[in-house]
Amino acid sequence: MAARPAFDELWGASAGEEVRAGFEPLGEWLRETSAAELDRRQHAAEAAFRSLGITFNVYGEDEAAERIIPFDIIPRILSAGEWARLSAGLEQRVHAINAFVDDVYGARKILADGVVPADIVLGNEQFCVPVAGARPPHGVYAHICGIDLVRTGPDEFYVLEDNARTPSGVSYMIENREAMLRLCPELFERLAVRPVDTYPELLRDTLQSVAPDGAVQPRCVLLTPGHYNSAFYEHSFLANNMGIELVEGRDLEVDDDIVWMRTIDGRVRVDVIYRRIDDAFIDPLVFRPDSMLGVSGLMAAYLAGNVTLVNAPGTGIADDKAIYSYMPDIVRYYTGEEPRLPNVETWRCREPASLQYTLDHLDELVVKLVDGSGGYGMLVGPTASRAEIEAFRAALIAQPQRYIAQPTLALSTIPTITDKGIVPRHVDFRPFVLTGSSGVTTVPGGLTRVALREGSLVVNSSQGGGTKDSFVLDGERAATAGST
Amino acid sequence: MLSRTAANLYWIGRHMERAEFTTRLIEATIRLDSLLAQPKVEEAWKSALAVVGSAPDPSSEALGAFGGRRFLALSLDNPSSVKSCLSAARDNARAARNVLTQEIWEAINRAWLLIRDRASPGGTQSTLNMVEELKAETRGFEGALARMLRNEAYWFLRLGSLVERGDNTARLLDVKYFLLLPDGEQVGGLRDRDQWMTLLHVVSGRTAYRTIYRQALQPWLIADLLIFRKELPRSLAAAATETVAILAEFGDMSGLQGEADRLARRRLGRLEDGTIEELLAEGLHESLGRFMRENAALDAAIANQFRFA
Repeated sequence: MAARPAFDELWGASAGEEVRAGFEPLGEWLRETSAAELDRRQHAAEAAFRSLGITFNVYGEDEAAERIIPFDIIPRILSAGEWARLSAGLEQRVHAINAFVDDVYGARKILADGVVPADIVLGNEQFCVPVAGARPPHGVYAHICGIDLVRTGPDEFYVLEDNARTPSGVSYMIENREAMLRLCPELFERLAVRPVDTYPELLRDTLQSVAPDGAVQPRCVLLTPGHYNSAFYEHSFLANNMGIELVEGRDLEVDDDIVWMRTIDGRVRVDVIYRRIDDAFIDPLVFRPDSMLGVSGLMAAYLAGNVTLVNAPGTGIADDKAIYSYMPDIVRYYTGEEPRLPNVETWRCREPASLQYTLDHLDELVVKLVDGSGGYGMLVGPTASRAEIEAFRAALIAQPQRYIAQPTLALSTIPTITDKGIVPRHVDFRPFVLTGSSGVTTVPGGLTRVALREGSLVVNSSQGGGTKDSFVLDGERAATAGST
Repeated sequence: MLSRTAANLYWIGRHMERAEFTTRLIEATIRLDSLLAQPKVEEAWKSALAVVGSAPDPSSEALGAFGGRRFLALSLDNPSSVKSCLSAARDNARAARNVLTQEIWEAINRAWLLIRDRASPGGTQSTLNMVEELKAETRGFEGALARMLRNEAYWFLRLGSLVERGDNTARLLDVKYFLLLPDGEQVGGLRDRDQWMTLLHVVSGRTAYRTIYRQALQPWLIADLLIFRKELPRSLAAAATETVAILAEFGDMSGLQGEADRLARRRLGRLEDGTIEELLAEGLHESLGRFMRENAALDAAIANQFRFA
């Protein structure tokens, strides 16, 4: 890995010699600010996150320890031009995702036309039989998508994953910016950065726009699994910032296919539910009967068109790793355009030739379970031990259809503060894309995740990753922007 | 407001109040215990346990001072222990975090962190130090409460405190009165005086007694203070008065009143019209028992009225 120098988001390929055009103010700031001062601010940021209680629980650790995600104060920057190209690509992709979901639960044209094999969709665990034929308002299913992107060069962005179920992390996008505004205000004088705190308002507008027909002043709520959930901070942050109720399953009841919330003044009708509970748990009558988190009868109310669920049940079919490799074809099929954001090259191990290639190159590839997430159930060939590789080989041969393989990408790096000083660390990027009745929008920013261990490519917060603020420059407001 | 949120706030109020009460009870019992000869020490802690209405496993017969302090402060088998109450309050607070002020949350969290890792009460002095720190944290909670916006969240927190306070004060008086005056005899020797001082200490009423009555300790006057005198914040009358006022605030907001309003007003009426002489004629134990039953009925009516039953 060390032999292949990765593209650096600040220094380009210059190996620390010359800052990329347009990003000079950040280079100057890093030069002018002493290491001790950077360190002081870094600690101040962590103290602020801790006292705000921005914590997450790591599954598998004792007592579900409340930890903060490490935050690094050196931001990632995207120029106005880079963002324009990215956001156009994101909007194209999310448009296609919604069209795809609408199609597979409706007319199934894409299957009939043989663009995606029918068995991969209809036989998929993520295909949600109960919602087939039920079309939500405006045909929108994936109202909120978090698209994971990686970068390998100046113009090489790839989609790594489409998160179309209940993507999390958007509260970090907003809180990271708050921390930066407080701790490094001078950066915002030197760089024209577009705001991200419009997100809660845009989200509330999105929720209201997809309410069932006839709902006057629709009542929206956020449904959380409760305060033991790892993302509870985010649930409560979003509910408060949107000014909507934060409810648990036991706060809701369904009566005659209508959803009600129990308040101290009696029952109040609910029109839109932004649910942060997985499909499998939302309604024990339809999905897992042992679920204590959901609401009995919720699916019946949804199918009757009396409540909108955000995201709709069944969107997992669009971000499934087995479907992923077909996404370029899916984008072409529904938009009639070439995909603006390419996929990472992917070998589907269900196909014998791809399986053979994968088995022959295990030490170079990243192998993923098609039904895994959070960085679990994954082999990173170049850094894996021989024993790990052999264990995966056996698993692959036993159940090849459960795996896909991708090349190890030289993910871009960003200078990051560590014990060893300021050093490059690999990053990815998750922007959040909203779809409402009037189309697709993306807040200019996102969550930059950084792999804090040297050489590591795993950025998941559950696996020791950290975060950074992501600056999108305003091309119109300042001369510093839009240089690429 | 969601009914579940209302329930969480109400229970924060109850648990924090009980944590403070138990803390003060430990402090007062240590004080009493230091004044007594050895065989009586056991009695002092037994009566403290009777006040909180829970006793340890009867098989562990000899509780003693150390066991008593441990059971009241730290035992998770005792739902009234300070640790149990603070743990429950923090759990409620986490679930209702989005309607709490930062200050309230921090006060609860700090109190919990103070006791979370304590496994032993240590020696008497060590327990007293812990009690001092706990009292400081619960005062911090009351201060944060006083600075809250007067809205539904505040009212539910206060209602919980008041219902709990009424129960605690009545129980305290009942147990001590019963123990001290088994046959209705007059208050006598030095030991009795110490017992009565203990009781006043728990309700922060020592100076109040002197200010109001200006005479030596008399059991019926102490009962009068704890039951009828609104000037004493921990008296039954003070709790009943504020309960009626808070329920009226809810009524003004929603235009609705219910069973809880009716029960609270009836109770207050009786406390305003009654005198200690009548009460003693009826029997103090019987009267306090009735008060506790009414308090429990009020608790149930509140849960019903705000739909968190």
